[in-house]
This record gives sequence, C-alpha cells and structure tokens, in this order.
Amino acid sequence: MHIYISGAATTKFGELWGVSPRQLAGEAVSKALKNAGTDSRRIEALFVGNMLSGILGGQEHLGAFFAEELGIRAPACKIEGACASGGLALHNAVNSVLSGQYNTVVVLGVEKMTDHKPEDVATALMGAGSEEERAAGATFPGLYAILACAHMKAYGTTREELAAVAVKNHYHASLNPNAQFHTRLTIDQVMKSSRIADPLRLLDCSPISDGASAIVVTSKKSTRGIIVAASCVATDSLGLARRKSLTELAATKEAGKKAYAIAGVAPRDIDAAEVHDCFTIAEILAMEDLGFFPKGKAAGAIAAGETSLGTSGRLIVNPSGGLKGCGHPVGATGVKQVVEIVEQLRGRAGARQADHAKVGLAHNVGGSGATAVVHILKK
Amino acid sequence: MVGIVSYGTYIPQYRIKLADIASAWKKDPQEVVGSLGIEEKSVPGTDEDAVSIALEAALQSLTAFRGKPTDIEALFVGSESHPYAVNPTSTIVGELLGAGHNYLAADLEFACKAGTAGMQAIAGLIAAGQVRVGLAIGADTAQSKPHDALEYTSAAAGVAYVLGKERILAKLLAYTSFSSDTPDFWRRDGIRYPSHAGRFTGEPAYFAHVVGAATRLLVQTHMKPGDFDYCVFHMPNGKFPRDVARRLGFSKEQLSASLTVDYIGNPYAASSMLGLASVLDIARAGEKIFMVSYGSGAGSDAFIWETTSELPRVVEIRKKRSELVTQQIIKKRYVDYVGYLKQTHKI
Repeated sequence: MHIYISGAATTKFGELWGVSPRQLAGEAVSKALKNAGTDSRRIEALFVGNMLSGILGGQEHLGAFFAEELGIRAPACKIEGACASGGLALHNAVNSVLSGQYNTVVVLGVEKMTDHKPEDVATALMGAGSEEERAAGATFPGLYAILACAHMKAYGTTREELAAVAVKNHYHASLNPNAQFHTRLTIDQVMKSSRIADPLRLLDCSPISDGASAIVVTSKKSTRGIIVAASCVATDSLGLARRKSLTELAATKEAGKKAYAIAGVAPRDIDAAEVHDCFTIAEILAMEDLGFFPKGKAAGAIAAGETSLGTSGRLIVNPSGGLKGCGHPVGATGVKQVVEIVEQLRGRAGARQADHAKVGLAHNVGGSGATAVVHILKK
Repeated sequence: MVGIVSYGTYIPQYRIKLADIASAWKKDPQEVVGSLGIEEKSVPGTDEDAVSIALEAALQSLTAFRGKPTDIEALFVGSESHPYAVNPTSTIVGELLGAGHNYLAADLEFACKAGTAGMQAIAGLIAAGQVRVGLAIGADTAQSKPHDALEYTSAAAGVAYVLGKERILAKLLAYTSFSSDTPDFWRRDGIRYPSHAGRFTGEPAYFAHVVGAATRLLVQTHMKPGDFDYCVFHMPNGKFPRDVARRLGFSKEQLSASLTVDYIGNPYAASSMLGLASVLDIARAGEKIFMVSYGSGAGSDAFIWETTSELPRVVEIRKKRSELVTQQIIKKRYVDYVGYLKQTHKI
C-alpha cells in the first residue's frame, strides 16, 4: 500500500507581524487543499505540528483551535517534538492512513514566534533542552557551538566551511519567493557577523520566524500524488552530555538508515534533500549522518559547491534555502521541508528546481538531535 | 505665521564610551559600536533629572528671547523620565523660570516624541489665538536596564523651543502627525525600566511611522525631498535615521548636520529636537528643514521649517555663550561603567 501526498503548500516565512496564527494556518491549509483538488469536508483528521503555542501563546488546544478555524470537523490534535514537531506530525499522519483508520488527512505545521521578545523565544526554545543544559544556562546556539567545536577538532572543519553553508542556503533562498531572506551572502559577511556562541556567528544561525505549511496525505492514488516511500523517526538522549559522540547525531543516522531500507533506496539515489540546518554545523552533520558524504568530508564538499543549485552537483541540498535562508518557524519547518521536496519532485520549484529530481529526502531534527525524522519521497 | 522664536539645548557633560559598556558585559566592543553606529553617549550627573535638564534647556532658550518669562502662556514638557508620576515637571520648570502663574502647563508622555507633540500642540494654540508665546520642552534621562540593548544608546539631554508669531527665527510652514496602536516599546507604571519588542521596533514601528508621517506631509505640501536643505529624523541609533532618510530620498548631506546621535546617543524625547537645534545652529536664513520625530506606541510628528534672517542673531548669542550643540558635544568628561551606574542611580 502506498501513501501519497496529494497537496502541499506553504505561506511565506518571515517576520509576519501583521498576520495571526489563524491566518497563517488558513492560508497554508486552503492552498494545500486546493493543490490536492479537495476540500475540508473530505478531511478525516488534522495533525498540527507546533512547539511553542503553549509556552509563548498560552494556547495548548491547537487541534480544536485550528480545526475550528479551518472548518474541519474531524479528529484533530497537536504533535510536539521541538523543532521536529512538523516532521513528527507528518509521521503520525502517514501512520494513521497506513493503519487504515483514515483515508485522507491534513498535516499543518505552524509557528508564530516574532510576536514575542527574543529573550522569551530563546528561553521557550530551551524547553527542548535537558534539565542540566537548561540549569547551566545553555542556549541552542551554545549547544550547536559545542558540536561545531568537536567537529572542527576531529576533522579539521574550518570556519570558512561553516560559512559556506550559510552562503549556499542564502543563495537558494534568494530564488524562493516564500523565503524569509532574499539577500545573498559572502563568506566574509558570515565570518564578520556578530559572534553568538563561538565559533558560531549570527549568520551561522537560522532566524526567528513566522510561517505555516500544510500537506494533504491520502491513500488515494492520483496523477499529482507524490509517494511517501518512508517515514521514520529515531530518538536519542535529550542532552548532549549523554551522547557517545559529539561529531554526529545518532538519531539522524538511525532514522536515515531505517528510511533508506524501507524506501529501498541509497543515499546516492537522492536527488534533492531538505536537511535541518538550524545552524551551519547542523547541515554538515546531517550530510554525513545521512550518508551523503563520509565523516569529515561534507564541509569541504559543500564549500566546493557540490550541493548547490546551478552547479554540476548530483544532489541539491536545501533548495528552499533551508532553515537558515528560508526561515525557521519551528513547528512549520518539518512540513515545509516536505512541501519543498514535493515541489521539486513535481518539477514545480521554478528557479530553484533541481534537475531530474525523482527521489527526495526531508530531514527534521528536534533539539540538539534528541529527535530526528526522515521522510523519503518518490515521484 | 507661527514659528520658533528662540531655542535652548542642554547636554550633560558626562560621557561613557559604548566600548566600556560592551566590555563590562563581555561583548565585542567593535561589534557593538559597528552595529549601532555610535561611539559614546551622554550620561546625566548624579544630581540631574528630567526637571533639571528641562530647566537648563529652558533657561538657555530665554537668553535670546526678547520677551519676559511671564510672556510664556503655555509650557509643555515632554519626557518619559518625569521624576514624578503625579506632580508636573512643567510647573516646577515654570516656577523656576519665573513664568508667573498665568500659563497653561502640562506634562506630555509619548515615548521619544513627547517633546514634538508639545511643539505641535503649542503651535496649534498660537495659531488659534489662544496664546501668544509658548515653551515646548523635550527632556530625558533615558532609562535602560543594565545589559539590555537599550543601555548602549539611552542618553540624557534637553531641548526647549520658544514658539510664537513675532521675530521668529524659523517659520513653521506645515506639520502633521501619524499615529497607531503599535506596542513596540513600553514601561508600565511603577516599573523602573522600559521593555521593548526587539526587531519589532524597526519596520512596523519606527520605519512605518516615520515614513507614514513624512509621506503624508510631503503629499500635503506638494514638496519633495530635493526641496529641502536639511532633514532631521528621530535617532534611536546611528542606523535608523540614515536608513529612513535614504528610503525617503534624502541625501547624506541633507541629514548629516542633524546626527547628534553619533556623539551623545539617544536622549529619547530630546532626540529629534536636538537634531533640529543642531541644524539651526549652522543654517542660514531662507533654508528649509524637514523634520520627523518618532515615539514608540507609536507615532511620528512631522514638521517643515523655513529659517529667517532672525536666526543668525540667536545663533551668535548661543555661540558666545558656548551653547551651540557642537560646543556642548565637545565639552565632556568620561565616566567608566561603574561611574555610569552610580550616576544613573543603578547602584
């Protein structure tokens, strides 16, 4: 039995101060339903991916909240897994259809972050950290800086190579009308941006964003349907202290390995990938942990343009601009990644279209790697 | 025609380098200075507050005023650091000026545009024939919480404009306002330091309102940026006024004389009023000045001024008394971060 994505859409990501969460959800879902050629009356369940609605917005009943807004009279719930909330929501949606419980469901990823003070958002995001990390006053830039330091020490990864990830993803974002940033960067600009958590600088970090993305998942085959070939999740320790290695995210490796096996593909078969680049080091880790490059080799390959649009690279990574360039409304990110892969496989990605894309991968991470979700899609 | 009769400015002599604040918090001084475009800011003396600063500016404004303090029939003080929640700054200043008792006094609060709101209100009273001479003051010892981003820019200064119809040094050709409920920066009653909404203070707040007021005034007057010799914008940091001037089509040359923020930071209600004074200090007769303030919460007041032949007399008096804005800027004594904390009563 195949599971299909029949509709996929996203709002613009960015500092959308004049738009409410309801409006974001309404836009994303209505576009996705239209894209699927269906309407809300045919939706049998709603899965909402979101992280911060409770801690920032005081709203913890998102399933009913958005079902009411969207006119969906069906079972509805919120799925939370930090920044992997969107990927987890899709995973649960896929499983619900696979089980035979429902035929057609909607996945909504949504987050409204810019209505709140940056320090409040930073504190709220640390809700995804371990008790020890939170008690120590760590932030996610700090935690990923630890991973970056470990990778630089083990493999000689350079500051310039970290910067190259941001340069590539901003270039891709400049081709994406829905991206938060359309400004292209230089290595020098990244290297000279404000220091956040050494060695990470401001332009190594994904932004605080607003946005929503939606997907229609169905068991019904259609001409536009994209096959969900695999939907896999892996879980690791919440904090870094209990990890065996700081130069890899074991959850990514495990979820990727399972997904490749279920989909019957290998890393070399992937034409376009959206990976979780919350910080530049995160994309380097993902490229290695997903098996695209041997350990210690991804940074150089990215810097050499091997995963950039417009080059001879076989695999295009983060054509949407990734979290860094497209924006990172945390609950929406995992859904947006899949929307982008659907667009790529349909050949509808416009200026950022990867050549001959037939198999795509989306990789969504929660926290510093405690949760990893990998989806593999096929035409 | 209503206009400025005389003006006075007061900048406390104390300064702290932004690099010293940055170092105290283990920030890279170059990054901080580079991102804000400011090297140092003014600091009030330990015995200075919005009342004393307003009074200093007002006293200066009367030195070139040909009338008497009792000619003042309206006295408005705009500030977000009025020492009293209840008990007006304006009456304390009026009493110490010897303004008598036959005047309308009011304290205004509208973040960094409280002073220019007073200028517009008094201009309206004069135009309506209700008063002949009024004194509009903007004065602040700007509050900011230690380690908050505001700490790098919040400064102290006061500016006073005597407005009237006779012997004016700058004609008020036109003015307008632009307001909305935009909560970008606030301070609840009883709370010592203001809060702000980070980047929200930029596009939907400062830029939307400054551009809104500026555009409205340009449309109303059928004028364009090239018609002006100078422009003045509220200066929360070194970047915003430069950015908004560029967006509106004003040149660096039109803006540069007003940029007091580069030397003393942001004295909140006095900011754009000090920028105007800095321009008046160097302007010649017959020059046009475009001015837009900004107050969080939010709103902007926009003005078009045209200088007259009366201006050089007033500037000469200011110069002889070492009261020009540039003269006050260079009269300075540095304090270190601990001294700054003591003088602003944080420790």
